[in-house]
Amino acid sequence: MQFHVGVDVGGTFTDTIAIDADAGTVKLSKVPSTPPNQAVGFLNGLRQVDIPYEAVSWLVHGTTVGTNATLERNGAVCGLITTRGFRDIIELARRERPQLFGLYGEFEPLILRKNRLEVTERLNADGEVVVPLDEDGLRDAIEELKANGVEALMIGFLHAYANPVHEQRALSIAREIWPNPYITTSADILREYREVERFGTAAVNAYIQPLIHRYVTRLKSDLKEAGVPRNLAIMQANGGIMSADMACDRSVNTVLSGPAAGVIAASYISRMAGFKNVMTCDLGGTSFDVGMIVNGTPVVSSDRDLGFNLPMRIPVIDIHTIGAGGGSIAHINEAGILQVGPRSAGAVPGPISYGRGGEKVTVTDANVVLGRLSSEKLLSVEGGVDMPRVHKAFDEQVGAALGLDAISAAAATLRVVNDSMAGAIRLVSLQRGFDPREFAIFSFGGAGPLHGTALARELGVPHVIVPYVPGITCALGCIVADVRHDFVQTVSRLIDEVSESDLADVLKTHRAEGEERLKADQVPVGAIEVTHFADMQYEGQTYTLRVALNPDDLSTAALKDALRQAYLDRFSIDLSNFRAKLINLRTAVTGRRQALDLKRIFNASPKKSSAAEAIIGEREVWFDGAWLKTPIYARDELPVGAEIMGPAIFNQMDTTTVAEPGNRITVDEVGNLIIEVK
Amino acid sequence: MLDNPALPAIDPATLAVMQNALRQIVDEMDIALEKAAFNPVMSEARDRANGIYHPVTGEVVAQGDTGLPIFVGVMQYAVQSALAAFPDMEEGDVVILNDPYCGGTHLMDVKLVRPFYYKGKRFAFLANCGHWTDIGGNVPGGFGVKATEVIQEGVRIPPIMLYRKGVLQEGILDILFANMRVPEERQGDLKAQVAALNVGEERLTALLDKYGDGTVTRYIDELNARAEQQMRAYITQIPDGSYHFETSLDSDGIVLEPINVVLQMTVKGDRLQFDFTGSSKPVKGPLNGSISATFAAVFVALKHVFPEVPINAGIFRPVDMIVPEDTFLNAKYPRAVSGSSAEVSLRVVDAVFGCLAQAVPDRVPAACFGSVANFTISGYDQKRDKPFIMFRFSGGGYGGHPICDGLTNGNAPISAARTSPVEIIEQLYPLTFDHYRIREGSAGAGYHRGGFGMEFQIRLREGEAVSSVLGDRGRFPPYGLHGGHDAEKADVEYVTSGISYRPEHVTKDEGILMAAGDTARVATPGGGGWGDPMTRDPRKVLRDVMMGYFSREAAKRDYGVVLRDGASGLEVDEDATRRIRNGHTSLKEAS
Repeated sequence: MQFHVGVDVGGTFTDTIAIDADAGTVKLSKVPSTPPNQAVGFLNGLRQVDIPYEAVSWLVHGTTVGTNATLERNGAVCGLITTRGFRDIIELARRERPQLFGLYGEFEPLILRKNRLEVTERLNADGEVVVPLDEDGLRDAIEELKANGVEALMIGFLHAYANPVHEQRALSIAREIWPNPYITTSADILREYREVERFGTAAVNAYIQPLIHRYVTRLKSDLKEAGVPRNLAIMQANGGIMSADMACDRSVNTVLSGPAAGVIAASYISRMAGFKNVMTCDLGGTSFDVGMIVNGTPVVSSDRDLGFNLPMRIPVIDIHTIGAGGGSIAHINEAGILQVGPRSAGAVPGPISYGRGGEKVTVTDANVVLGRLSSEKLLSVEGGVDMPRVHKAFDEQVGAALGLDAISAAAATLRVVNDSMAGAIRLVSLQRGFDPREFAIFSFGGAGPLHGTALARELGVPHVIVPYVPGITCALGCIVADVRHDFVQTVSRLIDEVSESDLADVLKTHRAEGEERLKADQVPVGAIEVTHFADMQYEGQTYTLRVALNPDDLSTAALKDALRQAYLDRFSIDLSNFRAKLINLRTAVTGRRQALDLKRIFNASPKKSSAAEAIIGEREVWFDGAWLKTPIYARDELPVGAEIMGPAIFNQMDTTTVAEPGNRITVDEVGNLIIEVK
Repeated sequence: MLDNPALPAIDPATLAVMQNALRQIVDEMDIALEKAAFNPVMSEARDRANGIYHPVTGEVVAQGDTGLPIFVGVMQYAVQSALAAFPDMEEGDVVILNDPYCGGTHLMDVKLVRPFYYKGKRFAFLANCGHWTDIGGNVPGGFGVKATEVIQEGVRIPPIMLYRKGVLQEGILDILFANMRVPEERQGDLKAQVAALNVGEERLTALLDKYGDGTVTRYIDELNARAEQQMRAYITQIPDGSYHFETSLDSDGIVLEPINVVLQMTVKGDRLQFDFTGSSKPVKGPLNGSISATFAAVFVALKHVFPEVPINAGIFRPVDMIVPEDTFLNAKYPRAVSGSSAEVSLRVVDAVFGCLAQAVPDRVPAACFGSVANFTISGYDQKRDKPFIMFRFSGGGYGGHPICDGLTNGNAPISAARTSPVEIIEQLYPLTFDHYRIREGSAGAGYHRGGFGMEFQIRLREGEAVSSVLGDRGRFPPYGLHGGHDAEKADVEYVTSGISYRPEHVTKDEGILMAAGDTARVATPGGGGWGDPMTRDPRKVLRDVMMGYFSREAAKRDYGVVLRDGASGLEVDEDATRRIRNGHTSLKEAS
């Protein structure tokens, strides 16, 4: 008996999945998250799946400790040592404001000004030492920060991406006089130019490192105490995992890892289902996350911001978020136009239907009014929904101003929210040069499967995939994720000026470092896969386009051609008469983990022998202007190969799937609903 | 757009959907332009805008939310000028223009206007605008402080056909590029602007295919009407009355005399009037405003106070503007205008805020830093063996706001632009930064204090160069409100051959020769304070001093907060503070 366990801590729930690949055992649990100390929820979840602890082989954990601490500004007290004249870089940032219109807003930097000290040293853009490091001054600065009660130290010097010599020297001096596990140097986190972004990313690392370290250490000892003998790995934002020890060093990599795990699971499941190009649509109570999977691989970007003036330039699974969800509030603006969101009723007071004091009509309420959600058995609602109250609210808050009855007002609400989600999908796909009609939609999250088919119809997307357990997708992502480490090196030279062998050397170094980290992780992996990319531009531009590199052909011609093609693909313009420039080289080193057979999950519970037998009732559902009698299926009980024509409703523990009239639904081998949308 | 005799009823959901769809098209055009552009002012600083305009009137139908705010009101004048010059534009035609007196701002903002045809009929115009880093003229970068005629500022392009039925008129480009520095970059920028128009054409076609042109037209008209209704609803929230405010620019760079913006704002029911009568006469130097930039600045200010206002022609209808032709805010040929969008318009914004602060005091912040200090160094890069132009604008502090302190190092209210990182500038040019830091003590004190300005000092590494600067707020500081203090003024200092030099006009000068080792230092103002500083929470004052934002002396002088060295560091001396503050009540207590 050997269980692989994935634990995803989300804002509301902690999801746990345990799979014994050999025996075909699958256990799931969903328990409330415990924000002050996530470890409590973690252990509760583990207890609930009820497996013998000694049989746990690997535990993979997605945590929001780092993300939350950064956004809520309750990370460690940090100090910064930087180049003389530049201690304010992370506070000045790039001269922006939080919103385009409205001249208000404040910004609290992660490292306060009194703890940002300067030392004499200077490098130029070629990485040459212009002013040597003043080591005495450095020692004084370190002592001062110690005296100020600083817990974590960040060292960031200008042009360290080109040559980290001063940062490294400062690191060793700091270690000497202040033995401290929490020291971050900027180039170690990111060997990429742009000081605001590199320092900002390193500052996030310093800010959360002590928290992650304490959390992971505590968790490990709790697990040991509970009798879980094996190793703990942590999910990263790049969609890979790393060992818990590595997470204590490279803590910034845990930020935004939750949604990344969802996309990883989606790509895994979709591949099994035979779909290579997929848009993932994760819809919860307050936000809608869209990710892209192209040719079986999730798209990764490295230009995310965590918030205003909080750049984070590590590679992150590219997810676009808009404020739309079940809790989004519908209202009429001053122009008399119906708007849905971005304000949300959240979990408290929540939609009116929840009966917890919510008074504003939401998307969830619209789904209830239209029969898409059950008014009798709404998840986490005791007793039935007070329908007259919801109707009245739609009449008053939406219908009156638009001259619509409650039903039409609810239908309009759905149409508007679906349209803004479809807009987000369109923007994400077209911006990256893809036509959404060539992709499938992968719907998950508590509310995703309710809206998936409507989105597909709006966008002309032919297929919707609803995984077998949509509510636990992120936890599953923890189990199926590979081990991954990313590297970047800024080159910033004209392509005509770089030598092929220099480039090859950089990539070789990346590869060697990656393999070393994989070894240090000690997570068992099979094949090691190395992929290289280049960020390039034409001289004078500031944006770069990323292209895959063939390490066997790094010739000038190959690089130039790749850039030319990228511009043609993306913007349909040929700029090859300009001088091409290589900005960054990037490498991802991935250790493949053992594949998981998804059929195990599906077969873990008993099935009916036909779709008809899985029908548990029917109700009237509003589709496009009319009420239709719609059968309700017990999702868990549908057998492989079942074929159903819409309209249909599929009920399961944590979500409801709606198939529209004309949809053709089949249950595939691993239990996904594959919905063909006309 | 076409008249449809049998108007279908407006479906409320479709209306919302249509509004989103139009917004998305222009947002996508913005993104395309930003990512393909060649100069950092467009790509990094987002100094560009894209929009869809009415096929007959040229009025704005939709414009990208991420476009530079100042272009909000400008673009439709550009389209209207193109339309006036070529009423019979055909499919595939593209008009180019930058004429400041004809729908333009300063010469660097180059606009493209293309009629959009659907099924053989003109349905709309697509247009965009991008800031080119050089447009020829006397001074690289275009900000010639001593220019007295537009002719010295660069190439002036009246509306002229750049593409005719899809065919590029290469001769025109040849003339333009022959008169600009670094022409190959400009060619890239132009390509990017064309690419953005292509994106718009593709997306708009898809929208019309889906809904039909008659329906889309119907909904566009309705959205205009709704925007007007929305604007009127906001105006109604402003108490009726007539409000007066005056503010000044330092000088025009040539004659050392203040230039006054005089504004009378009148609110009557759901109508607003902005009357600039009494403002200074047109000036000799480049600190004249084009009429479209003046209009635009007024709408930008309004949108900062009422952010939900959509960008379409409906919002202009309930607003009257009076900008007499004998004022510097409505310059005519051949007045020099390079300070028009970046500096003059900021003072217009200050004036509008100054009036609104009297009318709706709970929504309006004190004055922001109010000058981006357009700074240029150009020379010959010996290492790369080619000429270079480094252009940098700067941020500064925002005014204290009714709900919070002002932001430090924000961008100008008319802008959405970011500054380039030090590491990029040092790599691209033979320049080294000595420092780039918060300018301590620059914010106006207040119950909510202003944000802080910044200062940088830049050094020429090798060779020779010539520098120019065009800023403002060097003589008259950003104002505080409701008892809040004014902020610190801007400061510019060159050190050449070891000798300090401060321009007579403080922030306006050109032709300053620099040799290797010479430095220039630019310091921007903070924001004005909001409310009596004597009522600011002493703990916040203590914190500001501990952060080094201002001195202990300033805490006592401006805030009446006495600090002393306690056992565990700096602390508030409560008794001494109370004695000084006696008589000042906190705003909360007062209310």
